[in-house]
Amino acid sequence: MSDEWPLWEVFIRSQHGLAHKHVGSLHAPDAKMAVRNARDVYTRRNEGISIWVARSSDIHASSPGDRAALFEPSNDKVYRHPTFFPMPEEVKHI
Amino acid sequence: MYAQMVETGLKQVQDVADMTPEERAFQARIDADVKVEPKDWMPEAYRRTLIRQIQQHAHSEIVGMLPEGNWITRAPSLQRKAILMAKVQDEAGHGLYLYCAAETLGVSRDQMIGDLHAGKVKYSSIFNYPTLTWADIGTVGWLVDGAAIMNQIPLCRCSFGPYARAMIRVCKEESFHQRQGFDIMMTLCRGTPEQKAMAQDALDRWWWPSLMMFGPPDAASVHSAQSARWKIKLLSNDELRQRFVDQTVPQAEYLGLAIPDDKLAWNDERGHYDFGEIDWQEFHDVLKGHGPCNRDRMRTRVKAWEDGAWVRDAAVAYAKKQAAREQAVA
Repeated sequence: MSDEWPLWEVFIRSQHGLAHKHVGSLHAPDAKMAVRNARDVYTRRNEGISIWVARSSDIHASSPGDRAALFEPSNDKVYRHPTFFPMPEEVKHI
Repeated sequence: MYAQMVETGLKQVQDVADMTPEERAFQARIDADVKVEPKDWMPEAYRRTLIRQIQQHAHSEIVGMLPEGNWITRAPSLQRKAILMAKVQDEAGHGLYLYCAAETLGVSRDQMIGDLHAGKVKYSSIFNYPTLTWADIGTVGWLVDGAAIMNQIPLCRCSFGPYARAMIRVCKEESFHQRQGFDIMMTLCRGTPEQKAMAQDALDRWWWPSLMMFGPPDAASVHSAQSARWKIKLLSNDELRQRFVDQTVPQAEYLGLAIPDDKLAWNDERGHYDFGEIDWQEFHDVLKGHGPCNRDRMRTRVKAWEDGAWVRDAAVAYAKKQAAREQAVA
């Protein structure tokens, strides 16, 4: 049996000035082929104007078990949201 | 459906009392519509069931290219040919989205393909029927893709994130498939009497197998009930089948074609069409490998894989050589 091609994660930037967004993954022998395959698999209907690919093994992710430790501290800092500060009706442009 | 009779490995629907604390927390998250992501803890049975379901779904997309690919060289015009090629290419794409979703659960691509070729995993019964005439290509798009949409739209809300996201992509593209099929049927039905007869013949052959796509009746299906609990099956087989019949009958009427079922009749009380008994023996025979085309489909599929081996190997050898050269320069 031949070697399985490595897995790549694919990111596409659409035409509307948004950031590259993860769209899925695919197998390819190298980066060049990964970009070509991504064109065929993920942009058959003008979904994007730019493709990034990264080896899946190179991606480091936060662990679901750390979710509470990582993200809960921001919950009690509601003052980070502008709506925390009530503004009087008469005050404009703020 | 594209995934039929997916086993959960459980003998009965798991009761809350039998669950471990982890399983209870998992079920609570599903009940609250929180998506499950690949690295989250999940019960082994959930993982295994999803691998089976997504894999079957992926294989169906891939094998599903064969009956249609059969007509690419014989499409009646250049435009029809280009459209059919685009459709078949979409099916390949759908298979790839789904394989990737299954891989996030810890099964490798080679393993899945090996299992398909070894006959260890199923694909949809529908792709074991032959496409004898051009009208079959119209009927497949209209009915088979129509049935697929019916099943896949609810799956966009399923509990497993990567599967739900793959389904959203698939559904965006699927509507084109159904419409191109209906367009072929309209053209044939407005054509010569021979063309219309060809359309009727295709409908006669595909109607019942299309209804079988949704799988056996709901009664006493342990697996369906557990999958519903896990939100990886959102509507029951019978519910989806009824919706499909209700939606398709008026379309057939528009085409001026007769659905091959004497028992088909509008039931005012239920607000649905009643329809005749499905031959479940045929369904089970096809699933067991005794349909008209099972052997031919697998033979074609395995041959394509084996004939392509040298290309895959050459691409790997090239990538290795380039990487070694880059290293030598650096």
